[in-house]
Amino acid sequence: MLIELGHFALILALAVAICQATLPLIGASRRHGGWMAFADMAAMVQFALVGIAFAALMHAYIVSDFTVINVAHNSHTDKPLLYKIAGVWGNHEGSMLLWVLILAFCGAAVAAFGGRLPATLKARVLAVQAMTGTGFLAFILLTSNPFLRTDLPPANGEGLNPVLQDPGLAFHPPFLYLGYVGSSVAFAFAVAALIEGRVDAAWARWVRPWALASWAMLTLGIALGSWWAYYTLGWGGWWFWDPVENASFMPWLLGTALIHSAIVVEKRDALKSWTVLLAIITFALSLVGTFLVRSGVLTSVHAFAVDPARGTFILFLLIAAIGGSLTLYAIRAPAMQAGGLFAPVSREGALVLNNLLLATATATVFLGTLYPLALDLMTGEKISVGPPFFNKTFGPLMVPVLVAMAAGPLMGWKRADLLGALQRLWAAFAIAGLVVLTGLYLTFGGPVMAVFGFGLAAWTAVGALVEWAERVALFRTSAANSFRRARNLPRAAWGTTLAHLGMGITVAGISASAYEREQIDILAIGATMRLGAYDVRLDAMSKENGPNFTADDATISVLKDGAVVAVMHPQRRFFPLQKQTTSQTAIRSSLFADLYLALGEPDGKGGWTVRAYWKPLISWIWSGALVMALGAAVSLSDRRWRVAAAARRGTLGVRA
Amino acid sequence: MSRRLITLLPLAVFLAVAVYFALALRPNRDTQALPSVMIDKPVPAFDLPSLADGPNLSPAAASGEVVVINYFASWCVPCRIEHPVLMALKSQKVTLWGIAYKDKPEESRTFIAQSGDPYARIGVDRDGRTGFDFGVYGVPETYVIDRAGHIRKRFVGPLTPEIAERELVPLVRALAKP
Repeated sequence: MLIELGHFALILALAVAICQATLPLIGASRRHGGWMAFADMAAMVQFALVGIAFAALMHAYIVSDFTVINVAHNSHTDKPLLYKIAGVWGNHEGSMLLWVLILAFCGAAVAAFGGRLPATLKARVLAVQAMTGTGFLAFILLTSNPFLRTDLPPANGEGLNPVLQDPGLAFHPPFLYLGYVGSSVAFAFAVAALIEGRVDAAWARWVRPWALASWAMLTLGIALGSWWAYYTLGWGGWWFWDPVENASFMPWLLGTALIHSAIVVEKRDALKSWTVLLAIITFALSLVGTFLVRSGVLTSVHAFAVDPARGTFILFLLIAAIGGSLTLYAIRAPAMQAGGLFAPVSREGALVLNNLLLATATATVFLGTLYPLALDLMTGEKISVGPPFFNKTFGPLMVPVLVAMAAGPLMGWKRADLLGALQRLWAAFAIAGLVVLTGLYLTFGGPVMAVFGFGLAAWTAVGALVEWAERVALFRTSAANSFRRARNLPRAAWGTTLAHLGMGITVAGISASAYEREQIDILAIGATMRLGAYDVRLDAMSKENGPNFTADDATISVLKDGAVVAVMHPQRRFFPLQKQTTSQTAIRSSLFADLYLALGEPDGKGGWTVRAYWKPLISWIWSGALVMALGAAVSLSDRRWRVAAAARRGTLGVRA
Repeated sequence: MSRRLITLLPLAVFLAVAVYFALALRPNRDTQALPSVMIDKPVPAFDLPSLADGPNLSPAAASGEVVVINYFASWCVPCRIEHPVLMALKSQKVTLWGIAYKDKPEESRTFIAQSGDPYARIGVDRDGRTGFDFGVYGVPETYVIDRAGHIRKRFVGPLTPEIAERELVPLVRALAKP
């Protein structure tokens, strides 16, 4: 019964979305207040309805209602509750429902918190948001309905793919979707602005928090996914340039460009047409990502349900949304007035450089992801481009990005003194140089690129700190004065410093991977193998029973200079239902290195394959991402966004 | 005028990409069953060095049994996806031969050591000559060889659990009957 209610709510949500996509647009062009105001109510109702639908499906998962086909295919009574809940979005239909839920949530948030938006802009934004919603609701109802029942319910479900039963993965899709869908709001603002024919500082002030929030979520989602891959897949890799990873990485790269170019629109009223285009393409890449993952066009470790009908539908959505918005762009953008002028060497110039490089990097990833498909189409040849391509092209592109990153914030608007900015970075120069020299000295003949990477990481991180020190006049005035300046520093500035610092941390973590140690051997009980400075000893093997699996559990001691530093338990889990074995790695993290153990196959003679890795600074990769996201969050809490609200209210006479 | 052209550019690029996506979705673009001129022909002659220090791998080694030949490489992502399916085939007593295609032997060995060895024997096709004789497009590819040493079926791209269960295993079982 609840399921039918959910199904019905979803159909109603589609009806509401269709109205929300049309009436407010007409209202806005005819300046009809009531029709425009309808958008607010519709957005809230749409969110409530999709919420009911989602809750109904989640309920079916929690109570294991196997008359629902989707639940029967993806759940099992023995599954822990967390994964029953995560199972809701662990499959194609449910994940699309989550997508629409977040989309409706964003729409409702614009309606609820957008009280100070100009009425016509708000009505148009919500209408565009509802158009996207209409497309995806129709997609779910027509091709991927999670609410279908079966007459012959199985006694028990087929279970969730064991690889996906993991806390890291359980929360990875929601974050990614918040990121993807968040970019739909920036998109809606861009299209609404094109319809209005006006892009100004106020518009940028509206778009930036959304772009920033969506970027932060995407950062977290990508980091979680990468961390998950690191500890589950069992060979210690954390980034594979897999098409699905790239699908989330491309909107992140372009989203990074967007949050920077929007600054220029806000502060200097320039780069308007470019920023609008970025907002459109960022969302387009989110859609393309969905298309690639859902249509089965590309082979990937994420291979979800493959169904050409779905692919065709998403392709039509893509053409309608992106083709439509780009057509509008082609019509309206030429009329857009160019704003403030600036010299090539200026803060604006640095941000343009940042945008050019990031856009090029995005294009590179795009080509690398789709080239195998293109070749397949043209010649029938099937190839895998793989990491070598990306490492050769993407890596070099990031070097100037990082170099410019430290200098950019130190340059003035309109016209800057590059030499002056670089002079103020002497500390960053010195430390980066020192790091490179020390690195070269320590690893003479070793991985030169890694040393260079460390230098860049130091440059980026110290550069971010120098900029902060400049702002609070550290060491140039009294400590109390610096402290006062730090307290008065806008949160947005803190955010910049944190985000740039986070990037430096991540780059250091990536560079350190050149120094990792790896040892694979077959160990009998009591046998030892050498891993760098450590000895790895297999002490015992035992059998364990989990809720829906059985496990071979290894007790492994890691010794340094004869003393035990860690006792770890990697496992091999066998899921009888899916006849699938997964590897449960054991990882001991510290600030400076991870010890990583994975248990392989038995050799049948009492020995077990043990893979051991020593990975220096690896946790910095994800910590850096966390710091970046934190930077975005701090920036989001900036007074500026609230001040705008107060000023607006002031005109209404509530507060002077 | 030039400004107008520039603003049209994104749309033009997008439309080109869209056409190309549409082509990719063509219903007859079957990613699995590529016809092979080799079907029902004797397996091409080969004599490949073993990845382990064993005797060379040649068709004669089948000694009248049904074997499944799988082309793989450590650098190939789809092969990693396919790998659990091969492990499942091994547990179902399907005789698998691996041919490491255009891959450095030490890297093939690392891949096998890391992921598990589903193969009864592994041959090294360093320059891809044997793959060329088979008509291999890319890795992974899988061939079913009957007891008389004829190629009976070819699977292009990674085997999925469904394909293995519904097509490959029944075929191997049927061919194995005397």
